Amino acid sequence: MTEEIIIAGFGGQGVLSMGKILATAGMKQGLNVSWFPSYGPEMRGGTSNVTVILSDERISSPVLNEFDTAIILNQPSLDKFESSVKPGGILIYDPHGITRHPERTDIEIYQIEASNKAVESGNMKIFNMFVLGGYLKLKPIVSFDYIEEGLKESLPERHHHLIPANLNAIKIGQEIIKKVR
Amino acid sequence: MGEIRLMMGNEAIAEAAVRAGCDGYFGYPITPQSEVLEYLMAENPYERTGMVVLQAESEVASINMLYGGGAAGKRVMTTSSSPGISLMMEGISYMAGAEIPCLIANVVRGGPGLGTIQPSQSDYFQATKGGGHGDYYLFVLAPSSVQEMSDFVKLGFEIAFKYRNPVMILSDGVIGQVMEKVELFDPIPRRTEEEIIKECPWATTGKTPDRERNIITSLDLDPIRQEKHVMHLKEKYDKMKEDVMWENIKTDDAEYLIVAYGSSARISQKTIDLARAEGIKVGLFRPITLYPFPDKELERLSKQVKGILSVEMSLGQLVEDVRLAVHDRVPVEHYGRVGGSIHTPFQVLNALKEKIVNKY
Amino acid sequence: MDVKFESWKEIIKDENIVFKKTKVLTDNVLSYCPGCGHGVAHRLIAETIEEMGIQDQTIGIAPVGCSVLAYEFFDIDMQQAAHGRATALATAIKRLYPNKFVFTYQGDGDLAAIGGNETLHACNRGENIVIIFINNGIYGMTGGQMAPTTLEGMVTSTSPYGRDPQMMGHPLRITELVAMLPGTYYVTRQAVHKPANVRKTKKAIRKAFENQQQNKGLSFIEIVSNCNSGWKMTPVEANKWMEENMFKVFPLGDIKVDGELVKEL
Repeated sequence: MTEEIIIAGFGGQGVLSMGKILATAGMKQGLNVSWFPSYGPEMRGGTSNVTVILSDERISSPVLNEFDTAIILNQPSLDKFESSVKPGGILIYDPHGITRHPERTDIEIYQIEASNKAVESGNMKIFNMFVLGGYLKLKPIVSFDYIEEGLKESLPERHHHLIPANLNAIKIGQEIIKKVR
Repeated sequence: MGEIRLMMGNEAIAEAAVRAGCDGYFGYPITPQSEVLEYLMAENPYERTGMVVLQAESEVASINMLYGGGAAGKRVMTTSSSPGISLMMEGISYMAGAEIPCLIANVVRGGPGLGTIQPSQSDYFQATKGGGHGDYYLFVLAPSSVQEMSDFVKLGFEIAFKYRNPVMILSDGVIGQVMEKVELFDPIPRRTEEEIIKECPWATTGKTPDRERNIITSLDLDPIRQEKHVMHLKEKYDKMKEDVMWENIKTDDAEYLIVAYGSSARISQKTIDLARAEGIKVGLFRPITLYPFPDKELERLSKQVKGILSVEMSLGQLVEDVRLAVHDRVPVEHYGRVGGSIHTPFQVLNALKEKIVNKY
Repeated sequence: MDVKFESWKEIIKDENIVFKKTKVLTDNVLSYCPGCGHGVAHRLIAETIEEMGIQDQTIGIAPVGCSVLAYEFFDIDMQQAAHGRATALATAIKRLYPNKFVFTYQGDGDLAAIGGNETLHACNRGENIVIIFINNGIYGMTGGQMAPTTLEGMVTSTSPYGRDPQMMGHPLRITELVAMLPGTYYVTRQAVHKPANVRKTKKAIRKAFENQQQNKGLSFIEIVSNCNSGWKMTPVEANKWMEENMFKVFPLGDIKVDGELVKEL
């Protein structure tokens, strides 16, 4: 089993931390993992993306040109990565702020209204956890227990009181993800 | 089994330094390797092992701090990225001349000039052909995983003291920034002053009555003596060949060969799988030490293949050593993205087909 | 010849000794020009090391410049630094061996021009080291080129019509500059051309090493010196010229003592 994922959005949306939680959880579960971010000034308010690989084999390239799953959180990222999903792969996107929706017909497309849900909940910081929940619903590669461990290890100690809220968002995310086609 | 952690390559270097009994780290921030200094400052290794960490005023100062500390027998290291390493070249040349052990990691970014902060492998010449002025070489290790970023810190210090020579870890923005699972080695205690005096009788630890004074210098105005010194250095560089390292991946039945180090080796590993799925029998030769270059093993492999693609994120630097090693016996071509762009496994596959498989 | 040697032997006897070279200086013949201040400065440092009994704990840093071979003359462990980088080396050695004594010995080109950044930052960090700065207003080793401390109007091989501040900048008073940094503890400017000055300089060097012993912080001693070869004068003329011209721009005396400025800058 090898799962190759791109997560892309604006800096500040929690793209990198979501990838890190997933990678940490995967490692805790005994998988080989790789987390390769875009880095530099573009993180600050610009676009941000991270390639996450989970595998039960030795991981070769941390740099990829096509993905099993693309998790897309803004328009520039959709424009950039829609074509990078492997035929038969999955594209998950938040329709908030999207003016040109995905057009491919050879992949599965899912929507998750994570932005709206985060605004509703009054806590924008857990936005990425709704998305992670949605992803885990479709690809339950990493078990919920390890996600909790991943959260513990990824979040600084002072934020550990926020873990229940994060886990709750992941659960809600699993419910609100819906298939477009 | 050592402690397992998910770490960025840069963080792994920093943690490995503390564990390897490093006495002093001197560095200056530059993307994409600032996490090393940040990690060390946050980790406060002075509390853990007594290791000194100092943010210097420049890379020039950093490398000269290594000169001072290394010449006094301490395990010292710095990290930087391409433009910063260029600034260090003066100090590196002096340290090679004065035979001072130290560890330098270059997390390479695209150039020339200020270039970009994105990954590149365009500092191969600088790292493997000396880099600064004068007749000298560094021992160069090229990690291709976070695990090796950690392991090579320990190995690097051993080699630096074995040969009394600066050792460079030649990494890049991919290996520096990627997070992977790493098994950390158990901490080695820092050497005591008595141990340093015993192991490094040449070091400036203070002239005790029982010995002559120790002088660390790269200067000898007498050309006959200086020639003798340079010849002594040459013997050392020749001896380094004993510690040459490489990895062969799927080369047993290979009809074609990719030669790549560091991140390009990782990317090319994926290429090999893609190629083999199409029935192209290709293997990967990964030099782990770039100086000394594993030319004998590459020469051996070259006899069984029809063509070689040298893959490196540069205009073609590694390829020159590949050609020298195979003596034009087989066609050797170069492929690589430059300027901070990273080639993908598919791009490497296409290059392999176009430049090698379809032609030879 | 033999007769003469015998007569020397008559004189050179232990009971007749009034002055003896310190054992912290080697027997190597100094590479400095006759009349140059380096030799005296070396002796004062070496004597201080002997008197304090710290020969086995002292590590010195030689610069690039006339004193590049300083390690040939001090019988202590020494490192030779790249041009201008002595204080970076000293910083690391002192931090890694806090109980050792570390000093740099640098000229004006080394310390104030190419090494200006390292000098300022070592001083600003308040490294617990001693910096000995020999200022003779010229690049001696490379053959008399303009230094950052070359006086206005002074003729050198790279200012053959005299230093024109409009074109070539002003003499740099780096000692006043470092005195203003909170990291420096003791900053003084001395000379070694007359016995009285030699005594004062010796005291300053002793104070500097004692400051280091007591972990007080950075001591910076400028020694204004001559370069009769570079200035194209006899040693006597050079000392006179130094008094009349150098001391005006680089006045002697303490600038900062025990961390307090004692002179208006």
